[in-house]
Amino acid sequence: MTTIAADGQIIDDHAHDADHKPAFFQRWFMSTNHKDIGTLYLIFAIVAGVIGGAISGMMRLELAEPGIQYLADWVGSGASADEALHLWNVLVTAHGLIMVFFMVMPAMIGGFGNWFVPLMIGAPDMAFPRMNNVSFWLLVPAFILLLGSTFVPGGTGDGAGTGWTVYAPLSTSGSVGPAVDMVILSLHLAGASSILGAVNFITTIFNMRAPGMTLHKMPLFAWSVLVTAFLLLLALPVLAAAITMLLTDRNFGTAFFDSAGGGDPVLYQHLFWFFGHPEVYIMILPGFGMVSHIISTFSRKPIFGYLGMAYAMVAIGVVGFVVWAHHMFTTGLSVNVKMYFTAATMVIAVPTGIKIFSWIATMWGGSMTFKTPMVWALGFIFMFTVGGVTGVVLANGGIDDNLHDTYYVVAHFHYVLSLGAVFSMFAGFYYWFPKMSGRHYSELLGQLHFWIFFIGVNVLFFPMHFLGNQSMPRRYPDYPEQFAYWNEIASIGYAIMAVGVVIFFINIAWAFIAGRKAEDNYWGEGATTLEWTLSSPPPFHQFETLPQIK
Amino acid sequence: MTHYVKAWILALGLILTPAAAMAQDALPAAPDVDAAPAAQNVEAEAPAVEEAPASGLDPALYTPMKPTEGVGMPVDGGIDFQPQVSPTGEQAKWINNSILLPLMAIVCLLVLVLLFVVVIRYRKGANPEASKTTHNTFIEVVWTVIPVLILLVIAVPSISLLAKQFEPAPDGSLTIKVTGYQWYWGYGYPDNGDFEVISNMLPEDEAKARGEPSLLAVDNRMVIPVGKPVKLLVTGADVIHSFAIPSAWFKLDAVPGRINEKVLQIDKVGVYYGQCSELCGARHGFMPIAVEVLPEDKFNDWVRANGGTVKGDEPAEGGEPAAEVAAFDGMNIQGASAGAAVAVN
Repeated sequence: MTTIAADGQIIDDHAHDADHKPAFFQRWFMSTNHKDIGTLYLIFAIVAGVIGGAISGMMRLELAEPGIQYLADWVGSGASADEALHLWNVLVTAHGLIMVFFMVMPAMIGGFGNWFVPLMIGAPDMAFPRMNNVSFWLLVPAFILLLGSTFVPGGTGDGAGTGWTVYAPLSTSGSVGPAVDMVILSLHLAGASSILGAVNFITTIFNMRAPGMTLHKMPLFAWSVLVTAFLLLLALPVLAAAITMLLTDRNFGTAFFDSAGGGDPVLYQHLFWFFGHPEVYIMILPGFGMVSHIISTFSRKPIFGYLGMAYAMVAIGVVGFVVWAHHMFTTGLSVNVKMYFTAATMVIAVPTGIKIFSWIATMWGGSMTFKTPMVWALGFIFMFTVGGVTGVVLANGGIDDNLHDTYYVVAHFHYVLSLGAVFSMFAGFYYWFPKMSGRHYSELLGQLHFWIFFIGVNVLFFPMHFLGNQSMPRRYPDYPEQFAYWNEIASIGYAIMAVGVVIFFINIAWAFIAGRKAEDNYWGEGATTLEWTLSSPPPFHQFETLPQIK
Repeated sequence: MTHYVKAWILALGLILTPAAAMAQDALPAAPDVDAAPAAQNVEAEAPAVEEAPASGLDPALYTPMKPTEGVGMPVDGGIDFQPQVSPTGEQAKWINNSILLPLMAIVCLLVLVLLFVVVIRYRKGANPEASKTTHNTFIEVVWTVIPVLILLVIAVPSISLLAKQFEPAPDGSLTIKVTGYQWYWGYGYPDNGDFEVISNMLPEDEAKARGEPSLLAVDNRMVIPVGKPVKLLVTGADVIHSFAIPSAWFKLDAVPGRINEKVLQIDKVGVYYGQCSELCGARHGFMPIAVEVLPEDKFNDWVRANGGTVKGDEPAEGGEPAAEVAAFDGMNIQGASAGAAVAVN
């Protein structure tokens, strides 16, 4: 990555107030502006995150002690025990789908990607601004369909209780009623939204880089979004195919996944995880990009091993497509298949290790300050390492036999996502919030948010390793009382974490009410990418004259 | 303590979102077909026990064994794996606890120490002038090659474990057909007259009365002989279930239309519990697995008590059908519903 200096005169051109903004409705509902669409995505992701997080609160409440305490109340009087237990599966399903498709992906790619990829590569906007708007507005009906599915019958009770993986035949013959159909259509819309977004990002990054910005000079966040967009483009159509087959199995008498008609339920799992494993990298790669910038900025040092960092992400993306069946180690794979997927999965640890060590090497010799984004990034590095090493354990097909579908897996993927992806999103949010809004947040509240959230999620998720070792299965509303101790601790952790989230919202409100106005480059000499050459917030249209990269 | 925590979580959940309220309103009071009397107050519905309280089998031949506390089941606040009673289980636990866990700890500690070092040595106060180093080929090669070597160290025992787990059972081994149903297990014994044992979860009070852990105890266990490889054929009748015995490091999905085969060998007499490990619908959490491991002669007695045949026995006159199969009809499923309903109170 190179230090980029934009032509000073060009920046001054933006200072005049020629950028007239459209009126409210036209600006926010018919937007073609990448920054406005990015803002819409971020707001959407925050709303979805609050709903998904509240659902996990309901689950931690129910799991705080053995026995079924709340499900029967939540499902309403007059409902049967099975309906109450079905509600549990609906909560599990909704939490997973909301967090993956409506929180992490919109925030990372739609939000930060839309906002900062054009700014970082010196482009005036995305390549297809109106398609960008379609991408966002497809998500809204997708989310409404998903939430609406909880009101219609889905088998034993209302809502889809299939888990986010929607495995057949539980999702076909096992779930009578329109709920699962609504979820499938929701995923179709969300998938189409993401595919359009991916097309847009790939085109933008390939064709709209400022003069002089070769791919090998492009900021790492743009690299991460480029790799992510390719993963989306290649993985999501496979999901679309799989869930379309579910839809026809459910409604039109096909038997793709029905063994009675010559199909195979395991085929669905292969298709799903061929999408599902790249999906986990889709959720974390943009985070890698953001963390790289933050580490470099606050160490006042360029990224160590820039090319290695970029190609490590490419490697993770490529290898991520050939490891899917490690999610299926107990489905009855043959010994050779298990051996291959064990070996291939472990290979991913190598590029991931390169990234971790390169971040540390970036800080080595630096002159570090520990502002809010930096503490989130440092937290990210360590928590992602913890989640990564348990991934190496689970990669071993023979070891996974015992840990598969237990809380150990839940702990693993929450360490890489809830403590990895989410930490990187908070890091990016604090890093760029003054740039996006023009207002500074409270540094004190930001630090407080970090420490409380950090303690909370660790108390919440670390005990799940123990529960997994003791073989508590996933997706259980109740458990033998031997599991009670660590479950109670985990629920306490949720309460701590939730306090942190409340502080986050107070901080945002504080910024808009009392926040200082943000300067153009409020992080100083360490922040070298093009967005820091613009005002905070940037003008409605930027780079009308393209910056020249040295 | 617990109540404060719960109150907090509930309060926060309600503050943070309309979803909680929505979920309450969302579910209409649908007419309840199979559990109408349980509607208002779901607790304490008497379990529909139609047979003798113990096992329904001839007590001269078989009485259910009492489980040993802490063996074959989780322990209070436990953090390690359950004690392993199968050869591959012992090997797997050893690999995890002696190879993987130390390596993981070393990697995490290394990263943590390095983070502390950079945070202390290269904070602005200690190092006001940042270096401009961005490359060091040697160190980059080192941190690529060393992880590869570590992974090779892991791969060797891991692959050999896999190979061992897939060793087929010797000819003539006992075969048991395990079938996952919504929401109970069936254990068929084709080598012993092809009877099937239907295994439902015991209601909590009854499990307690029998001195067994709640949510893990079942009415009829799967019984196998000790120290011998048993060939399990696992399949699902309706949706995918997963047959798991944590103390034998055993888990295999029960997929409709497929028969998955795996060898189970348990070297210690006892009772070992497991739970369904693939989401299979409403009562996914309430179809536990209990395996009772008996010496060969006791196992044969259990087979006879079930009306099955033991190799070498005189063929029984008239070939009495297996009692359990006969007993399993619609009524019995209703009994199972009532049993699980007790869990919700």
